[in-house]
Amino acid sequence: MPAGEEISTVFGVPVQALFGQVLIGLINGAFYAMLSLGLSVIFGLLNIINFAHGALYMTGAFAAYFLLQWAGLGYWWSLLLAGYWWSLLLAPIAVGLLGVVLEKTMLKRLYHLDHLYGLLLTFGIALIIQGGFRNEFGSSGLPYAIPSQLTGGYNLGFMFLPTYRAWVVVFSIVVCVGTWVVIERTRLGAYLRAATENPTLVRAFGINVPRMITLTYGFGVALAGLAGVLAAPIYQVNPLMGADLIIVVFAVVVIGGMGSIMGSIVTGFTLGIVEGFTKVFYPEASNTVIFVIMALVLLVRPAGLFGRTA
Amino acid sequence: MTATVKDYVVAPPVSVAAAWPRHQMLAFAVMVGLLVIAPFVAYPVFLMKALCFALFACAFNLLIGYVGLLSFGHAAFLGAAGYVSAHSAKVWGLPPELAILAGTATAAGLGLVIGALTIRSRGIYFANITLAFAQMVFFFSVQAKFTGGEDGIQAVPQGRLLGVLDLQQTYTLYFVVLAIFLIGFLIVYRAIHSPFGQVLKAVRENEPRAISLGYRAEHYKLMAFVLSATLSGLAGGTKALVFQLASLTDVHWTMSGEVVLMTLLGGLGTVFGPAVGAFIVIGLEHWLAQLGSWLTIVQGAIFVVCVLTFRRGVVGELSRLLRKPL
Repeated sequence: MPAGEEISTVFGVPVQALFGQVLIGLINGAFYAMLSLGLSVIFGLLNIINFAHGALYMTGAFAAYFLLQWAGLGYWWSLLLAGYWWSLLLAPIAVGLLGVVLEKTMLKRLYHLDHLYGLLLTFGIALIIQGGFRNEFGSSGLPYAIPSQLTGGYNLGFMFLPTYRAWVVVFSIVVCVGTWVVIERTRLGAYLRAATENPTLVRAFGINVPRMITLTYGFGVALAGLAGVLAAPIYQVNPLMGADLIIVVFAVVVIGGMGSIMGSIVTGFTLGIVEGFTKVFYPEASNTVIFVIMALVLLVRPAGLFGRTA
Repeated sequence: MTATVKDYVVAPPVSVAAAWPRHQMLAFAVMVGLLVIAPFVAYPVFLMKALCFALFACAFNLLIGYVGLLSFGHAAFLGAAGYVSAHSAKVWGLPPELAILAGTATAAGLGLVIGALTIRSRGIYFANITLAFAQMVFFFSVQAKFTGGEDGIQAVPQGRLLGVLDLQQTYTLYFVVLAIFLIGFLIVYRAIHSPFGQVLKAVRENEPRAISLGYRAEHYKLMAFVLSATLSGLAGGTKALVFQLASLTDVHWTMSGEVVLMTLLGGLGTVFGPAVGAFIVIGLEHWLAQLGSWLTIVQGAIFVVCVLTFRRGVVGELSRLLRKPL
């Protein structure tokens, strides 16, 4: 912008700052959407709130970090790049497998009990995972370089758009929409939705529902792992990175309507942007705005914006 | 048929006339006796911490054990009351009894607001929503001026209780804390064994039937919620004066998790379980303090073991062995 030219403003806020915050909001929204999507898929079939989701998101970021360390041992820059792309594929698989093990060994034993026990069990698992990583790596963050193909950015005239952030937003939208298509438009998704409605009947049709439940849990937490990989270059890789995030994501899920796939995607992105705007216009409330919205939504629609029944 | 929380709750058979069964009276006497001797054999500050948490857990248990509602946001009441008590003692110079009362009243008010907004939801929804509200209180505490942010409110004066008892004397303070715990404990006991408590249990067992009998279920649940919040506040206010500190730790959601752990380990819906659980958990923290984050791992492991194999908790299993509700 040439010197002397008047800075354009919206409601007294410089346009650049405004768009900058909206971009940050969109990035946060991408993570809210991916995490709450995983929670919703899990909740739909297993009827549990997966408290370990934040810890598994953190595990995904750490998996990416390990893969980077092993794949790019410092003498080949190109491998560093490969480390990121590989971890984008392998880290979610690793987290998903961890999820499958957790479901097979522990969660499975709780299905005949009150759903609250699932919440308490996954809370305990989250404590163990977070404590373990904190024991090894302390509470300070480990840096994770942006892969070289995604460094730099575009000057859009009204703002600077870093390539990596654009990548995160686009990629997460693709993942979210892909998940939606699989669940709502394919045969596999139809089985899944049917099993959500009436597992006994679906089982009577010869479909292996317990295995579907296991794989669904694995897929849901793999989404969290994927979000963790995406987050690694933006936030630092930190044992506590998922601990507070997950509480916000819970609120997002409540606002969107628990178990609603489209609800969690739309609400995730929207609330990220709303949070971004709040940071510009009333920064004091930026941490609480999502919880305030949640309270208001509950007063008007107890089942959430996209939910059917409470 | 899915089992619910109540299937693991060893609720005492309801009878208002014999409100104080003999074996419970005996257990109560043993508890009081141990707590009176305790400060002379164990570290009094540790005991006071455990007593505050025992009261907190008893208040929490009123909700999960007798109404079947799992609140994951009880730290809000403990923490908010702690801040108000600390602030009113330090800045306004209120005597300790009024400071604790101010904190307790704050928790009651907060409980009324949050309860009114959340009580209609149930199960996982209730847990989630209370958690979110507690997080609002947490962020408010981070940002508000009077809470001192990361530093908290430090060096809270303890003063003289009712102008007579010097709370700077460790043993005096201990017995005051013990008295507060016992009052809270007896209030919870009385509430559970009153007609009010019977209605709560009826609502827990079968809400539509309780409503069809003419009870306003939400009304009763809200009353239990406010009572639970109030007693949590009493614990928080007392804790702030004991440690002369109100900090963010007490409003953080990990604290909400900790009280769940205490109650679960001690025994959901048992009279003595929460107090036993609190002493075990605080004891563990005390011994494992040097181990740093191993403490978190141990707590997590206890959660997992309790949920998978030990759902009745210590006192729950004990009372099953003795075939008497404790």
